[in-house]
Amino acid sequence: MTIVFALFLLTLLVVTALAIVRTKNLFIATMLLSIFSLLMAVNFFILDAADVALTEAAVGAGVTTVIFLSALRLTSQYERGSLASSRWIAVIVVVTTTVLLISGTINTPNLGDPNAPVHQHVAPFYLENTEALMGFPNVVTAVLSSFRGYDTLGEVFVVFIAAVGVMFILDARQGTGPEYELRVEKGLKHHLIPRAVGGLLIPFMLLFGLYVQFHGEYGPGGGFQAGAIVATAFILHAILEGERTALKAFSRNAQMALIIGGSTLYGAVGVVCMLKGGTFLDYSVLMEDPVTARQVGIIIIELGVGMAVCGALLSIFHSFAARKPVAQAK
Amino acid sequence: MIEVAIEWLGNALLIVGAASVLIGGIGVIRMPDLYSRMHASSLTDTMATLALFSGLMLHSGFTLATIKLMAIMAFLLLTGPTATYALANAAFRSGIEQPRSLNTDDQEKSAP
Amino acid sequence: MFYAVVSIAILMTMVLAVARAVKGPSIYDRVLAANMFGTKTALLLAVVSFLFGRMDFLDLALAYALINLVGVLAVLEFVEGRIESGKGKLDD
Repeated sequence: MTIVFALFLLTLLVVTALAIVRTKNLFIATMLLSIFSLLMAVNFFILDAADVALTEAAVGAGVTTVIFLSALRLTSQYERGSLASSRWIAVIVVVTTTVLLISGTINTPNLGDPNAPVHQHVAPFYLENTEALMGFPNVVTAVLSSFRGYDTLGEVFVVFIAAVGVMFILDARQGTGPEYELRVEKGLKHHLIPRAVGGLLIPFMLLFGLYVQFHGEYGPGGGFQAGAIVATAFILHAILEGERTALKAFSRNAQMALIIGGSTLYGAVGVVCMLKGGTFLDYSVLMEDPVTARQVGIIIIELGVGMAVCGALLSIFHSFAARKPVAQAK
Repeated sequence: MIEVAIEWLGNALLIVGAASVLIGGIGVIRMPDLYSRMHASSLTDTMATLALFSGLMLHSGFTLATIKLMAIMAFLLLTGPTATYALANAAFRSGIEQPRSLNTDDQEKSAP
Repeated sequence: MFYAVVSIAILMTMVLAVARAVKGPSIYDRVLAANMFGTKTALLLAVVSFLFGRMDFLDLALAYALINLVGVLAVLEFVEGRIESGKGKLDD
């Protein structure tokens, strides 16, 4: 059954990727990228990776499409052609690298083979000890938040740096001049149906985001997915009501505060663990019972991750969407 | 006895849903014009949502999964027509033309 | 067994939607195909979670049903902005 699914989905993936590369119209490429992202999400789902599928669906098909469309507003619709002279060199380099990479994978074990050497040492430890050490069933959350907590701390900092980088490039400070004016626009205010339906949907999206945040230990979920879903709710509000109203509801400073607050919360949990006598990010010293202490530590750092991701996605969206396009050549 | 009936009713609804999905897909390929394709896609989407989710709810009985399925069905029924409205509005205001009438009476009247 | 039949039917419709996205003469055909693909994904996720027997995966279908709307509304806003600022319609 999985093979039938994989056959359909991987063929569609190749067809979509070829169509994305061949088109010169960036708007079409954006729509095809949204389909690509959904295909990847279903692929991950077929491979039983529910957390990753949820993140890919929430980020790829929702937020990324909207951010690309906001960026397309500021630039022209067609890509410039490339220089013809360097094309053959590029093709030769790509084909050589592909052949080398594929020939390197010939002797590796099959995908998902339980007897592969990589699955013999660390993975059985996580699978056997999660229920005993943590007290909840979701192994992915246990690995991500507790066994490999340092890596997740690094990921939160990377999200922070990405948001700050975008704000530097797009020059998000307050200033004077034509490109700093908020574009005067009404959002979708004159369209009654999207406003009514959006008004019904936004509270449920926020509620669902909070559910995914706190339910991440028992089912697919966690901080990254929840941050993306809550950010999508606020982006829907910004599309429906216009930039001015959306920035009054949730200002740029508040978004930056969320990013900084989330990262600091994560680091602060680590420092508190050190002050209580354990090593950095060793949650078992937070309370008397180590199992409960680990659960409390994981809830707090997942909250930090969710805050940081939500703030970062909103900052990036508003950096593009609030910018008025200066007169450009087509 | 009643459980067997409920299960077969659920299976019948699942088959109806699958048929509507396929009909919608074929309609999107074969219809001649953008607005007809939108019609095919959105109508069969709603029918498929109702049929498939009712079938799944009958199969799962009174559990948490039924509540989640009701929520998914409600959101799909709300957002489908809104997306169709948004797309049709964008296409119309961008000047995509409505098709000439395919009704032969109108064609006879308008022909010289 | 019925679940497998239904999921094959939904997968075939997804293939048809991608065909429309690649082929469609105007831009709005492709947006239509992307939106339709999204709804079919939500249906497929619900049916396959019953096929695999794991009810936790219904959360993914719920998330997807909520998020699908934002893309099409962003397209509408994009087109409105272009018409307003007088840059002309989206050509193909």
